[in-house]
Amino acid sequence: MDGLQIAFLVTAAVILAAALQVVTARNLVHAALWLIVALFGMAVLFVLLEAGFLAAVQVVVYIGAISILIIFAIMLTRRVMQDTGPQTNSQWWLAALIALGTFAAIFLTLSQVRFPQANAPVPESSLATLGFDLVSPDHYVVPLVVVGVLLAAGMIGSIAIAKDKE
Amino acid sequence: MDFFSDPIGAVRTLLENLLNSFLPAAVTEALLVIVGVIVVASFGLILPLFLIWAERRLVARMQDRVGPNRVGPEGLLQTIADAIKLLIKEDITPLGADKVVYNIAPILAVISVLTMWAVIPFAINIAGADLNVAALYIVSVGSLGTLAIMLGGWASNNKYALLGAFRTVAQLVCYEVPLILSIIVPVLLARSMSMQAIVDQQKDVWFIFMAPIAALIFFITSVAETGRAPFDLLEAESEIVAGFHIEYTGMKFGMFFVAEFLHAFTVGALTATLFFGGWQGPGVEQYPVLGVAYFMAKAFLGYFLVILIRATLPRIRIDHMLDLNWKFLVPVSLAAVLVTALVDKAIEPLNLLPIGRAIFLFGSNVVVGWIALSLVSRAARRLRQEDEAKRGGEAPHDAEAAHDAHPAPAH
Repeated sequence: MDGLQIAFLVTAAVILAAALQVVTARNLVHAALWLIVALFGMAVLFVLLEAGFLAAVQVVVYIGAISILIIFAIMLTRRVMQDTGPQTNSQWWLAALIALGTFAAIFLTLSQVRFPQANAPVPESSLATLGFDLVSPDHYVVPLVVVGVLLAAGMIGSIAIAKDKE
Repeated sequence: MDFFSDPIGAVRTLLENLLNSFLPAAVTEALLVIVGVIVVASFGLILPLFLIWAERRLVARMQDRVGPNRVGPEGLLQTIADAIKLLIKEDITPLGADKVVYNIAPILAVISVLTMWAVIPFAINIAGADLNVAALYIVSVGSLGTLAIMLGGWASNNKYALLGAFRTVAQLVCYEVPLILSIIVPVLLARSMSMQAIVDQQKDVWFIFMAPIAALIFFITSVAETGRAPFDLLEAESEIVAGFHIEYTGMKFGMFFVAEFLHAFTVGALTATLFFGGWQGPGVEQYPVLGVAYFMAKAFLGYFLVILIRATLPRIRIDHMLDLNWKFLVPVSLAAVLVTALVDKAIEPLNLLPIGRAIFLFGSNVVVGWIALSLVSRAARRLRQEDEAKRGGEAPHDAEAAHDAHPAPAH
């Protein structure tokens, strides 16, 4: 077992533990903070895969934007902290069964797949390749433009909804 | 290896040989990385001791006072005395506070600023790390600072602290938008996100001459990100006591304090790196160590500007702060990115010298700036005329209605 595998196992354990805390923490802000730990663990995994760009994007988008939005929404929600009811309802065993079944299905499927392994190291200029692929007509320019139009429509729509009626 | 042309490399080789004599190569490599981290982090943590002294003396001079001058020569040791005072103060965690989150927040605040220094190049061969996504890295660790302030404000269980945290989100998250857009411009011009490449590309012409608008917007939004005057709404003493750090005592308060001062200097360092050529200057090819002096001089000049702004401008009102961002800085920075990309691509086939490229880009920036300012002044004139028409047409006792439409500036 080399250093890389140890780092992967430690990170994976931290991510799993944090993810478990997200769904079991009684305090919603704590759950959001555990979510940040889990997402940061994902960024570490990207670094281990030598994908620095994806790691930085992971931190910017998920921790810098989405998590702060979640925490802010929690803080603005009234009396969310006083909620002391039970965490589960009578159907918890059904949910657990379905979750276990899904996990078993995914695990069985993935364990039969042989992932191809490249012996070549990660290319130095993968970032430039990614950039060119995103704007090249042979690759991903259409998805990129569609995503841009969708996001712009969403933004204009939210402004229209939030605007004062004059 | 010559010590004066590559001091870090010389020390590194020395250490490497020393450690390799009794340790395996992998352990040496790991130890050297750790030593590098400690050196960069210590630099970032010792610097504020002098920054705080320099800032207090400078602000005092601007406000016609003397400032700290008793402890040590010219008061240089005042900050150390203050730090000792903070260390021996009682360390209070308020009763209703969320203990873990409350204690993590100041650490996170320091981490977010300190980790930025990992990618800032001091000279051609003196830099923490030359990431190829350094620009994005700076944005991503910067956003952790927002998180720290929010968590500190929420965990204190104090309504003033929470109000400060809310203002933080309104301000820091908003100003991140034009900040990121203005970082895109030097990245576009250098064709790289690496800080060393950005500095390299400024060998002939600094980016301030190619993108003055982006530089100005970067500087304004960075100052807003530090949360200092005139953008100190998140800790406005006269309104919400001390904002998010109201409950913090001792060294935990000290950590927020250090984070703020270091962030202000980081603004100067980043402005110098992105727009003022970083370590570039006459003679750096022969003596790379000179780059450190050039870089620090430029960074301190930026820091001095931040202090000057802090000492002379009154606090901006919250609606003005939001208007300035969303109605002015965001559209202008968007236009600057678009125009820079188009003009730079359009003149690429001409194969101009850097100076010619700078002239074209500077011209396009002047046009963008002129259009933006004339649009703003036209809008302001229209508002003023509406205001005057309303006041002139109505009886004096209706002045309150006009006042509601366009509130007078705060005192």
